[in-house]
Amino acid sequence: MKRSKPISSSKSLKTPRLDVRSRAELKALQSLMATAVFRPLTAQDGMQPRWIDGGKTSDLASTFIKPNDRLTSFDRLEIYNRVYWFRVLDCLYDDYPGLRAILGERKFMKLITAYLAKYPSASFTLRNLGSRLETFLRDEPRWVAPRPELALDMIRFEWAQVVAFDDGARPAITPDDILDARPEKLRLGLQPYLSLLELNYEVDEFLVAVKKSESAVLRSEASNTFEAMPHASGPEKRIRLPKRKRIHLAVHRHDNMLYYKRLDPEGFVILTALREGASVEDACLRGLSSTKRIGIDWSEEIKDYFNNWASLGWFCRFSKK
Amino acid sequence: MPANSFNNFTEYGIGIGLRVPHYRHILSQKPVVDWFEIISENFMVDGGRPLEVLDSILEQYRVVQHGVAMYFGSADRLSREHLKKLKRLVKRTKTPWLSDHLCWGSVDGRYTHDLLPMPYTFAAAKATADNIREARDFLEVPICVENVSSYAEFHASEMTEWEFLSEVVERADCGILLDVNNIYVSSQNHNFDPYDYLNNVPPDRVGQIHIAGHSKFEKYILDTHDHPVLDPVWKMYAHAVKLVGRTATLLEWDDSIPTFDEVHNEALKANQFVEKLENAPA
Repeated sequence: MKRSKPISSSKSLKTPRLDVRSRAELKALQSLMATAVFRPLTAQDGMQPRWIDGGKTSDLASTFIKPNDRLTSFDRLEIYNRVYWFRVLDCLYDDYPGLRAILGERKFMKLITAYLAKYPSASFTLRNLGSRLETFLRDEPRWVAPRPELALDMIRFEWAQVVAFDDGARPAITPDDILDARPEKLRLGLQPYLSLLELNYEVDEFLVAVKKSESAVLRSEASNTFEAMPHASGPEKRIRLPKRKRIHLAVHRHDNMLYYKRLDPEGFVILTALREGASVEDACLRGLSSTKRIGIDWSEEIKDYFNNWASLGWFCRFSKK
Repeated sequence: MPANSFNNFTEYGIGIGLRVPHYRHILSQKPVVDWFEIISENFMVDGGRPLEVLDSILEQYRVVQHGVAMYFGSADRLSREHLKKLKRLVKRTKTPWLSDHLCWGSVDGRYTHDLLPMPYTFAAAKATADNIREARDFLEVPICVENVSSYAEFHASEMTEWEFLSEVVERADCGILLDVNNIYVSSQNHNFDPYDYLNNVPPDRVGQIHIAGHSKFEKYILDTHDHPVLDPVWKMYAHAVKLVGRTATLLEWDDSIPTFDEVHNEALKANQFVEKLENAPA
């Protein structure tokens, strides 16, 4: 991401106050203020007293913000710095209750602060604020030590719910639509809102328990007002962490309600292959070649899979995009 | 004056913001409401529950779009991708006009999710007006820009906020969403007379009015939208209505949201000021 060059506080003291007589100067002022707004708060939830170059932030603030009879330039800039951080931390706090329960409140707050310092919001909507959390933790797993695998599973699961909530839907294909199609030629698309996850922990059951204990309400609306910095309000009630167990999940919606559904390993392979563009025949062959289960009537089983998935509206026309 | 080209010659009365905690009540009880204002960005999605709710609301109510992330005042050009999504929503809602803020909030693709104040300079006014014109031409719907509440002023400013607002809307030939609560909040934070502001914006460009509650802190006032409207703001509203006439008015209540009826009744208090004006001897 392109970042604006930090302005030196000591240099700017020697130069006149910032003017805005062109679009370029407007850009320079906005870049400077944005840099200040995006800098993490101190442990006391205040603006950092030192600027990027080691000079005083108050000196820098006074080059472009007027003081008044009650507040210094620093104080006024700090209001925006605090509002930004309260808002984005509050948003991730609400969107990732499972991850928060795994890490505990303090560790969670440290993690999301580090994440947002590295990846400031890159979308007009707060809905996408956590979209790069998985990438961040793959690069910097120390934030979730000693449980990086569990944390990653939970992040993927919680992000899949964001996708399932409001990602697009394409016209669903019914079994009748493909009655005469040849399996070796037929390719099926999967709905964009459907996520397929292969996980190492039973995070689905864990999240249900977390939400039950928190009566969590998912954030679903952007707002330009803000609340106080989210902090733990009392002793944390820890829920037993999930067991290590390989599971396969489909995270989806039906009648605009959010669901997660466990899949058989074979079903997961078939769906993943379909998403990758395999024909129905190839996808089924891949699913069966992976199976370790014996004594199953696979022709019946696969028919049930497809009937079930079609009834949930997961199939749509295949598109190479 | 109230029905003008900036609100597409409509007379919408008193509306409230469509908020999640009220969805169930609205959809099941179908209360009589003049109109709802939606936050555009909440519905600029590709599918799911938000659009299902919106479609149900649209079947029964008039809806006006209000944005929080167009950032007309950003030095960066408007995002074409954002405009395309917004236009899809405009087509869906058939909003008679569309509003967003006179502010900036993003730089180089990084978003603050805040309504940051502008330096009040001629160059900034020109850049902002250019952005508004571009948006209006692309979206093909009248635009009203809203004054924001602010907590900082810039050394670079060359004029007052109301002069800047006037400069922008004249250059862009657009309307004003006059937020009287924001004027009050900023007047307290920056030591100016809010009535100077009201008396000096072009009344014929006001297409909509916002009212809201705010919170007082020791050294400044914050626009929190989590209270009923305070008396000084109602007084300003009465004065604003005298200047601009009966105008579509919207109560914003975004945090610590009470019951639907409480919010709606608070909004309907605006009627008494309008009626007083209309019953006054000529």
